[in-house]
Amino acid sequence: MKPPRFDYVRPDTVEEALAVLADFGDEAQVIAGGQSLMAMLNLRLAGPRVLVDISRLEALSTCQETGDCLEIGAAVTQADLLDRADLAEAVPLLALALPHVGHAQTRNRGTVCGSLAHGDPSSELPLCLAALEGQVVLRSTRGERRLDAAQFQTGLLSTAREADELIVAARFPLRRAGAGHAFAEVARRHGDFAIVGLAAVAHDGQVRLGVAGIADRPEIREWPFEREDIDAVLNRLAWDLDAADDLHASARYRRDIVRGLGPKVIAEARSCAN
Amino acid sequence: MRELNGAARHRIGFTLNGRAVSGWAEPRLLLTDFLRQELGETGTHVGCEHGICGACTIRIDGRAVRGCLYLAVQADGREVQTVEGLADPDGALNALQRAFRKHHALQCGYCTPGLLMSLTDLFARTPRPSEAQILDVVGGHLCRCTGYAGIMAAAREVAAEP
Ligand code: FES
Ligand code: FES
Repeated sequence: MKPPRFDYVRPDTVEEALAVLADFGDEAQVIAGGQSLMAMLNLRLAGPRVLVDISRLEALSTCQETGDCLEIGAAVTQADLLDRADLAEAVPLLALALPHVGHAQTRNRGTVCGSLAHGDPSSELPLCLAALEGQVVLRSTRGERRLDAAQFQTGLLSTAREADELIVAARFPLRRAGAGHAFAEVARRHGDFAIVGLAAVAHDGQVRLGVAGIADRPEIREWPFEREDIDAVLNRLAWDLDAADDLHASARYRRDIVRGLGPKVIAEARSCAN
Repeated sequence: MRELNGAARHRIGFTLNGRAVSGWAEPRLLLTDFLRQELGETGTHVGCEHGICGACTIRIDGRAVRGCLYLAVQADGREVQTVEGLADPDGALNALQRAFRKHHALQCGYCTPGLLMSLTDLFARTPRPSEAQILDVVGGHLCRCTGYAGIMAAAREVAAEP
């Protein structure tokens, strides 16, 4: 189908974008790469009065290491990030997960922050941000605030972003010395939405496991390495997440992925840790 | 700040396969429809119109993207490459197109323009792609005819060319 009618604005500065958002609030919709939004417009699941295109804003097109984070601007595409030669060193989990995000053709346009803003419960980047305890930087004419991943995503396709706020960047913590990471997902075909996605971070005697695709947002759990009843812990987690049947997989299949793939992902993260 | 009224048509211009083109578009007009209906360049196909099938894949500023997930107004000032730009001006097919023909990588041809543009993008970036890299790119397309074997054979042949 075709998108419904909307006005289009392309601000030249972040301040202009914020002014438009302050004026129009939830009647405005920000577009960066549009790899989720354009499909929703075409299907008429979205119908903004004004579309605010931030994809050409220079100020949001940079990726930089600030302190202990890789700060990724809102116009940075998934392909830009994947092209960084030092990504596997800087944020290994992103280097592992990004190839699973959509297809090469959508990563060329889709942004990291856009994926976070969309908040699909099965998508890889919100899972990574949650597993790494990263942050989202939001700005409005009222000021700037940073939200932890857990505060940012509030549920299925919903976030704590206020209508007048622009996501200007995502902050992914840089690899801590000695930390190990692993990522795996089960999807119908490579590039499809994950039925279940798993991300593990092993560090300092603790392992954190993130699970996407079951609850309405990524769920994170943490255990000490020496925990021996890991199968029982994963089984409990699988039930806790309250999986549901849908077109793609049964609840039981989802639990089986957590129980079956979980130990492998954890073991792999631990084997990369030192 | 560029502000375009949703009810009006606006002048849009970009470089298409090396030449300057322009036309009129409402903000909601998809780039695929602008190419096909406003410019009459019907080589780019439209399948699902929500990013799944890959038939609409074109290159913008040297990157393969979905034409159906791109607004015409967003292409203003960009460099756009479509399947029409692949063959020589005299109509002689390029190496990738010849390999597609040789390996029966197309039957109905609906998916073909998109696949050609995705593979063109791959070879531009990675002249000797691995099997996995080819698969990754072909995996972003649906072909309901060929079973993909011919497409893979054609891509492999081009990848192995000196
Ligand atoms: S028509 Fe664009 S992906 Fe199907
Ligand atoms: S040749 Fe018919 S869809 Fe691919």
